[in-house]
Amino acid sequence: MHPASTPSASPLVPPGAPVRLAVREIRKTFPGVIANDRVTLDVRRGEVHALLGENGAGKTTLMNILYGIYQPDAGEIVIDGREVRVRSPRDAIAHGVGMVPQHFLLVRRHTVAENVALGLSGTRFLLPVRGVEMQINAFADRYGLRVDPHAAIWQLSISEQQRVEILKALLRGAEILILDEPTSVLTPQEAMQLFGVLRRMKEEGKSVIFITHKLDEVLAAADRVTVMRKGRVIDTVPVGMASKPQLARMMVGHDVDFQLPARHPGTGAPALVVEDLWVQGDRGLPVVRGVSFVLHRQEILGIAGVAGNGQRELVEALTGLRRVERGRVTVLDRDVSRWSPRTMSKMGVAHIPEERIRMGIVPPMSVTENAILRRYEEPPFSRGPLMDYVSATRFAQQLIVEYSIQTPSPRTPARLLSGGNIQKLILARELSHRPDLIIAAHPTYGLDVSTTDRIHRLLLQRRDDGAAVLLVSEDLDEIRALADRIGVMYGGELVAVVPAGTDRETVGLLMAGQRV
Amino acid sequence: MGVVDWILGVLVRGMALGTPLLWGALGEIYAERAGVVNLGVEGMMILGAFFAFAAAQLTGHPGLGLLAAALIGGMAALLHAFVSVTLRANQFVSGLALSMLGLGLAGLLGRGWEGFPLSNPLPERSILPPLGALLAVAIWALLYHTRWGIILRTVGESPAAADAMGIDVALVRYLAVVFGGMLAGVAGGFLSVAYRPSWTEGMTGGIGWIVVALAIFASWDPLRAIGAALLFGTLFHLSFRLQAWIPPEPLQMMPFAFTILVLAIAARWGARAWRAPEALGLPYLRGER
Repeated sequence: MHPASTPSASPLVPPGAPVRLAVREIRKTFPGVIANDRVTLDVRRGEVHALLGENGAGKTTLMNILYGIYQPDAGEIVIDGREVRVRSPRDAIAHGVGMVPQHFLLVRRHTVAENVALGLSGTRFLLPVRGVEMQINAFADRYGLRVDPHAAIWQLSISEQQRVEILKALLRGAEILILDEPTSVLTPQEAMQLFGVLRRMKEEGKSVIFITHKLDEVLAAADRVTVMRKGRVIDTVPVGMASKPQLARMMVGHDVDFQLPARHPGTGAPALVVEDLWVQGDRGLPVVRGVSFVLHRQEILGIAGVAGNGQRELVEALTGLRRVERGRVTVLDRDVSRWSPRTMSKMGVAHIPEERIRMGIVPPMSVTENAILRRYEEPPFSRGPLMDYVSATRFAQQLIVEYSIQTPSPRTPARLLSGGNIQKLILARELSHRPDLIIAAHPTYGLDVSTTDRIHRLLLQRRDDGAAVLLVSEDLDEIRALADRIGVMYGGELVAVVPAGTDRETVGLLMAGQRV
Repeated sequence: MGVVDWILGVLVRGMALGTPLLWGALGEIYAERAGVVNLGVEGMMILGAFFAFAAAQLTGHPGLGLLAAALIGGMAALLHAFVSVTLRANQFVSGLALSMLGLGLAGLLGRGWEGFPLSNPLPERSILPPLGALLAVAIWALLYHTRWGIILRTVGESPAAADAMGIDVALVRYLAVVFGGMLAGVAGGFLSVAYRPSWTEGMTGGIGWIVVALAIFASWDPLRAIGAALLFGTLFHLSFRLQAWIPPEPLQMMPFAFTILVLAIAARWGARAWRAPEALGLPYLRGER
């Protein structure tokens, strides 16, 4: 979806095309936050309308209001010229609004046809699936959304599951389709395919609302773009008249410098050696299958891949959280294949976990307690059985300053911090003791641009100081910006390790399982 | 008496006791497929047993007794549905409370009837055992080959998905729990109207707990419930039959010990075959992630 390689999106919505959906002065507050502040926007017939904003800008809240999941505190929704109230998804569907949520709402054990039949009112009582299968095939051909109606959802790839969600909405007669961050789980090629589907829907006069935080996608797929920041609409502009820096400024609120410090040449001794690693997944099947690689000091190895291709299990195995079934993991010349997470952390392996709230912190405990979680039983934080909270607090305060963690005080429970500050707290704890090996999983997922930039610089700095960094991310741009080498995982295998400069398309093909 | 006769006799009696197990298990499977665990089976069964007995005794029609049992079972289940679906309380605690409540209430109401034989019982090999098997097939077909079945199973697997498709999750769960309770009531009624036509306090004797385990043992499949109920009915009967040779206490423990054994095996080795509905036991609240 690099603009240069994109067939130009047909941007020509007739300027006078009728407005299909309008929201006026929508307001929604949650305890302590104004998620939507007098939001107004309109979506025309036959238009792909991008809703651009950082995480926490209020895009998803607005869409949940349109789909009846939340009720607005004030404001109105107008569909085809009539004011409507959307009290539930059922109402939304009746008004022709369909949604493809970011986290799919599919029943994993049911077949595609069963999932689709669930929402169709016209299906017969007995043997409802048969007619639905024909309908699925008809729509699949019409929009280029091929999927096997008999397959169970758990057997499908993520992009196929997304097709099922889109089919579900279309078969229910959706005229306005909302897609929430639809490309976050796709390879670049799959994203291009999706844009093709959107174009076909547009040609049929449907309206598409496309939520994203990626500028390139807006330029590639949308006709108009509405930018949101901190719950407010900043502006709505035709994509033809927008530039990337301009959109970035509107989204972030200040100029964005996309330049990271220059790459550091040269690498050091091997820090992490993985040989023929096999790991089982939660279902007892092998999900990491014979992975081997070497990571050196002063090097960042990026692991790219679509979610669910074994990255999570790989990270868990490397940090001692998951059993190594076969193969060997060597950290700094020591075989750690059977080590516990605790001993791993003791010998200087830092772990930035994937789920920062569930695994990274103890939410009800204070910032101080979370800051010393790694070393609470060592002096100066404790002596014998007694904790020394004075030195612990001093340490926490030092981290708060050094890593600019926004918190009312060190005594504040960590759960009250924003996502970005929680992540900074985790990084502060993990990096403060100068680890030799850093294993970071999705370190900037869902964070705003400036925090992301800050975290990127921290990782680069540690690399330059001599640490080895394994960076697992679904964000190909992040990996391309930071990594010295890029490994691609597909189906549990490390299918290739390519140099940093490799173009997006090649990496995308590898992510889709094609050998290049 | 020949060995064959002995075995046949055991099997026939096993089927008799398997009948309430089957009806109860079908009800529990039905409710759990919609995502609601009801540990109140023992309570619903004992209420069903008492009301069936009382209604049959008063009206002279055992059929009316079973109807009364279904009604009281459904009403008791309605209470569980209200607490666990509407109030979103812990399903396990609510179900346990319902069991205690049912046992206590039936004991209280039945004081004056203690030990009474029923004057006009149903024959044990009446219509209920074959009807139970038929019901199992019907529920299986309903679950897998009807529109309602897809809705019910989706509510049990992923209520958020059902909600997003405009399905009223709470309503589906209410209907499933109440229907499940009606079957449990009939199961209890069978005990007091046909199996042992009389009223005794605590006459369900733990069958309701076996029913809960049966739903798991049958891996929530109505057809497998037939065989499972027959197996456990036979075990129960054997615990009386073998008393000639073995002291009664360990024998009475047998069905329950076997239940634990089966659950342990299922948990350890049957991970794939024994997968519960994914949202089982979890209250649903829209918008919660």
